[in-house]
Amino acid sequence: MADRISLQVLRYRPEQDGQPTMQEYEVPCLKEWVVLDGLNYIKDQLDGTLSFRWSCRMGICGSCGMTVNGEPKLTCATFLTDYAPGPIRVEPLRNFPIVRDLVVEMGDFMRKLVKVKPWVVRKEERPLSEGEFRQTPEQLDEYKQYSMCINCMLCYSACPVYGLDPLFVGPAALALAQRYNLDSRDEGSKERMDALSQHDGIWGCTFVGECTRACPKNVDPAGAIQRYKLSASLAWLKAFFMPWGARDGR
Amino acid sequence: MGDKDRPAYTEYHPRWYRKRVSTYWWLQRGTYLVFILRELSSVFVAWGVVYLLFLVRAIGQGEEPYKDFIGWSKHPVVMAVNLISLFFVVFHAITWFNLAPQAMVVRMRGTRVPGKWIAASNYAAWAVVSALAAWVILGG
Repeated sequence: MADRISLQVLRYRPEQDGQPTMQEYEVPCLKEWVVLDGLNYIKDQLDGTLSFRWSCRMGICGSCGMTVNGEPKLTCATFLTDYAPGPIRVEPLRNFPIVRDLVVEMGDFMRKLVKVKPWVVRKEERPLSEGEFRQTPEQLDEYKQYSMCINCMLCYSACPVYGLDPLFVGPAALALAQRYNLDSRDEGSKERMDALSQHDGIWGCTFVGECTRACPKNVDPAGAIQRYKLSASLAWLKAFFMPWGARDGR
Repeated sequence: MGDKDRPAYTEYHPRWYRKRVSTYWWLQRGTYLVFILRELSSVFVAWGVVYLLFLVRAIGQGEEPYKDFIGWSKHPVVMAVNLISLFFVVFHAITWFNLAPQAMVVRMRGTRVPGKWIAASNYAAWAVVSALAAWVILGG
């Protein structure tokens, strides 16, 4: 096996480049090295001007999402040897504006995340003296899968709907809304439904399913959104046939 | 406090680079293409419904219009359209049933029913209804 591999990295320096360009670097191709190790090697040994985000190196922080050979990937979990003999194309996440090199602007996602109220909403807060909220393993099981989201935005990068319509709330935010809707401690599903049962919300999703394939944590955002559509439709039917007091039942 | 004492975090606003999504984005990935074909299949599903409604109308109008309709249906162009429609309707049904487990969460005795079972029960229902329809048309 070749002991070196070539990385073709997208460069964009707004102060000097009008368009992004590709720059090629040779990095050691070690068995235990991931694409992020290659990028850090470039930064430390070859070219200190390369910019990219990273933090934990273990698939938890969600910072190092990039497009590797056209696929949205966490670069800390993408091994160089899987792409040998190379070359490997490393580009920023798709569907986001590029700030510099491999760094994208994620303010849009952050604002959408807040919009879905991804926290436990209570109608009335309980004093601490009353103790914790208890949950059975079954109740935990209801939402646990969706709580694994690390906000890495790979799903936004994979979603063609988000690429074509940037107003779409998007997979991760909708999956996180579902995560709290399905939590037995939460009472905010009606508030979220009013905000998300709209064209830019769940109904913007056309069920391409690519978000689920891209997700490194098996969250299944596409499934979460379809379940959300089902419950929104049922709530609408209920309100239509039983206009009296149906809104409480959501 | 004057403006000079405040931190100016956005003094330099970077020139973001935005890439336009290509019109042919759906050709760039196999899964995107399958998705577009699934969306397109709805046109052929609609055609199937319209064709069926015309058939019912012809039957309602008596023997002569019914024979005319059957004659028209034997036209190569109509047969070609119907064959393509059949392909797309089957494609629509299969992709639909394969996606069903993602939208449906069924619990039995507290545990979640595996997705394969949900898809399998959809296929089974499809087979039963098809067999029933075939029995009514051919045997009944």
